[in-house]
Amino acid sequence: MSNISPPPSMPSVLAAGPARFEGVPRIWLLFLLLAACAPWVLYPIFLMKLLCFALFACAFNLLLGYTGLLSFGHAAFFGGAAYITAHAAKVWNFPPEVAVLVGTAFAALLGVVIGALAIRRQGIYFAMTTLALAQMISFLALQLPFTGGEDGIQAVPRGMLLGVFDLEKPLVLYYVVLAVFVFGFFAVWRVVNSPFGHVLKAIRENEPRAVSLGYHTVRYKLVVFVLSAALAGLAGSVKIIVFQLASLTDITWHMSGTVVLMVLLGGVGTLAGPIVGASIIIGMEHFLAGTSFPVDVANGLLFMVCVLAFRRGIVGELAPWFQRLRRRNPGSDTSGATHG
Amino acid sequence: MLEQIGISPTQLFGQLLLGFVNGSFYAVLSLGLAVIFGLLNIINFAHGAIYMLGAFTAWLLLHWFGVGYGAALIIAPLFLAICGILFERTLLRRLYDVDHLYGLLLTLGMALVLEGTLRWLFGSSGNPYPVPEELQGVWRLGFMVLPKYRVWVGGAALTLCLVTWLAIERTRLGAWLRAATEDPMLVQNFGINVPFLVTATFALGVALAGIAGVLAAPIYQVNAMMGSNLIIIVFAVVVIGGMGSIVGSIVTGVTLGLVEGLTKVFYPPASDIVIFVIMAIVLLVKPSGLFGKDIHS
Amino acid sequence: MRGSPKRTLDPNMLHSEAHEPTRLTLEDVHAWYGESHVLHGVSLRIGSGQVVSLLGRNGAGKTTTLRAIMGVIGKQSGSITFDGRQLNNMPRHRIPRLGIGYVPDERGIFSSLTVDENLMLPPVVQPGGMALEEIYQLFPNLLGRGGTRGTRLSGGEQQMLSIARILRTGCNMILLDEPSEGLAPALIQQIGAAIRRLKTAGYTLLLVEQNFKFAAAISDLHYVMEEGRIVDRFTSDEVGSNLSKLNSYLGI
Repeated sequence: MSNISPPPSMPSVLAAGPARFEGVPRIWLLFLLLAACAPWVLYPIFLMKLLCFALFACAFNLLLGYTGLLSFGHAAFFGGAAYITAHAAKVWNFPPEVAVLVGTAFAALLGVVIGALAIRRQGIYFAMTTLALAQMISFLALQLPFTGGEDGIQAVPRGMLLGVFDLEKPLVLYYVVLAVFVFGFFAVWRVVNSPFGHVLKAIRENEPRAVSLGYHTVRYKLVVFVLSAALAGLAGSVKIIVFQLASLTDITWHMSGTVVLMVLLGGVGTLAGPIVGASIIIGMEHFLAGTSFPVDVANGLLFMVCVLAFRRGIVGELAPWFQRLRRRNPGSDTSGATHG
Repeated sequence: MLEQIGISPTQLFGQLLLGFVNGSFYAVLSLGLAVIFGLLNIINFAHGAIYMLGAFTAWLLLHWFGVGYGAALIIAPLFLAICGILFERTLLRRLYDVDHLYGLLLTLGMALVLEGTLRWLFGSSGNPYPVPEELQGVWRLGFMVLPKYRVWVGGAALTLCLVTWLAIERTRLGAWLRAATEDPMLVQNFGINVPFLVTATFALGVALAGIAGVLAAPIYQVNAMMGSNLIIIVFAVVVIGGMGSIVGSIVTGVTLGLVEGLTKVFYPPASDIVIFVIMAIVLLVKPSGLFGKDIHS
Repeated sequence: MRGSPKRTLDPNMLHSEAHEPTRLTLEDVHAWYGESHVLHGVSLRIGSGQVVSLLGRNGAGKTTTLRAIMGVIGKQSGSITFDGRQLNNMPRHRIPRLGIGYVPDERGIFSSLTVDENLMLPPVVQPGGMALEEIYQLFPNLLGRGGTRGTRLSGGEQQMLSIARILRTGCNMILLDEPSEGLAPALIQQIGAAIRRLKTAGYTLLLVEQNFKFAAAISDLHYVMEEGRIVDRFTSDEVGSNLSKLNSYLGI
């Protein structure tokens, strides 16, 4: 059976914690603080792009890192929701919160359809099925009139959130996006640390054994697939509000490949990994945009290096360090150590 | 009769021929993928890029060295096979002990590097490659016009498929390959050098993709993204046919090409996604593919 | 539950009864599957033309010992010598080419190959392999089945095929892993008769078996394994006077 799984010695520091607020490791509070101050240091638009892709990566990691399912078609949810949100906001004139909800709901629905078809197979077969199905969506996006083909949907209005917050102001928009990210991240964290999440880990480690223990693994896999799709859709929808443009790049298999790279680079099966990975990739693309060096080649090289020599990803490699640090300073963090 | 639905026989047969040519490309490429997947359990994401490199090699051979089509048909696959051997021995081999999906990701990375580099060097616009003289022109049959080159391509691709099929199903070396696909350890215990067999198989798959690229050069514009667009359809063909099935790839490839051609005649808007629709149906009815083994891997 | 101490057989005992030239020696072989230490200092000796059986319960390490000889275990230490050559660091596919044939448990017949293809699959490694007529004499059930899918044969026929394909290659030392497993008594008889004929022809055989009766009927020498160690050794003469000991080893 082929499921991607993190190496057995993956420590639990940044991966899991107790499902109580008091146990939130200090590092996350630090992150929140940094994120709140960040727009005074970096361009808000850049930060928002980071946050959207970080959410996308977290959603993907829920499937890959915690359930062991490699989907090659997640761009269908990310980009598909983007198109729906763009259309809802621009043509149907929905307020931003409704447009985003509609986009997310679409992604969830698409997740049900694609998931139901793909879940029957495992490993490479599952990956190929998601790829091919997503490509179908991509073709549809190219052809259907409402998507605007090569041009995409442009000039999507940002509108007023809940009729109160003016999203045209970058700072306001930033905190809204940050709130959405925190929500999405919290959702992932909650799922991972719930009994449901433990079953997912069991499926990742040894699905036949989970089945023999009486779990309907297909149902679990489908549910987490839909969750992952919905969160990816949420990320795509929010990205539209920020960038006001829905285009084909959001839905191609290159995008699906990019999110795999983000999670792999950051650390599969860790909570912080996708954020780190997304930040590095987006940052690198930003940097390379100013040079003539092709981004694809950089991504490709990173892929190869990660796969050959760096499979635990950055967070996966660094986590043992943090583990040792924590052992030396037993703080208020109660150790979860739930990593199976 | 066809005229009653507003379709001329010329149109129909023209599209069927095109469909047949496309289908033979699908067949050759999915055959290469199947051969590699059968033994290595890796889907070679770089397959499309290698096909593209085959076309580029032919183009560069012509423009830099004045070497023509005929020689390119031999040089390109050989050159690419050697590159494939190097890649397999130095990089891919290291991933045999870990999850097979990492191997897939490695080839994906390779595909990005190859396509990105070629695009950087030569831009994204197409470079034309002339049809070789002997194959120019058409045969005029009563009901249709047969471009000679397309007939050659379809025939050559199918011949390649048949020869490969024969080699795998009817020779001793092919028996070694089939056995190694089932139980590599046991085959090694008989004294057969399985790692060598693996390398040779990968080289074969790469060579098939490369030669398909040369065949394609005069038809499609030689550009860095030509493989990327094609390989996605080939993946769908592979899913429909059943991954790892030699016969499945050939039959499914040609059939789907014909189906695509027919769709272009009768209902053009659907021609791009008809293969994917078929794939969705097959997935519902027989998830292991039409010719795939009914085992949940 | 088991009263016998887990002692490892004294390797010095190996050389005390050397009548015939030694073909295969294992000295202090340890093996690991990942972190798991599965063989603990296995030592044994097989003389030319002998039929030696490796007895023990499930999980005693018998198949692992065969695998160690073929060099397919990830990590192993100790010395394995065949016809004077060290097998330890040889590339895996070279070992069979020295003349060691491997008949795996569960037969190892390939489903995507016909009977003929299965039969002809292993390359000839030495001159002196059995000709096809001889093989069909030994195993008449295989005659005329050439075009059938390998796995369409019955269990017994597959076992014959598994042995037959090795005989073709010229190997004169054969490792057999549980050849009688899952076979009806009549077929077990047939296999046993075939093995006896091989013995008469001078083949050296190492047999892994749980079926003691089968092993006792054809073997010259028995090693008993328990938890990755050789714990005892009986010649065929000594079997009669040690039946109760053997029974307790094998849990009968």
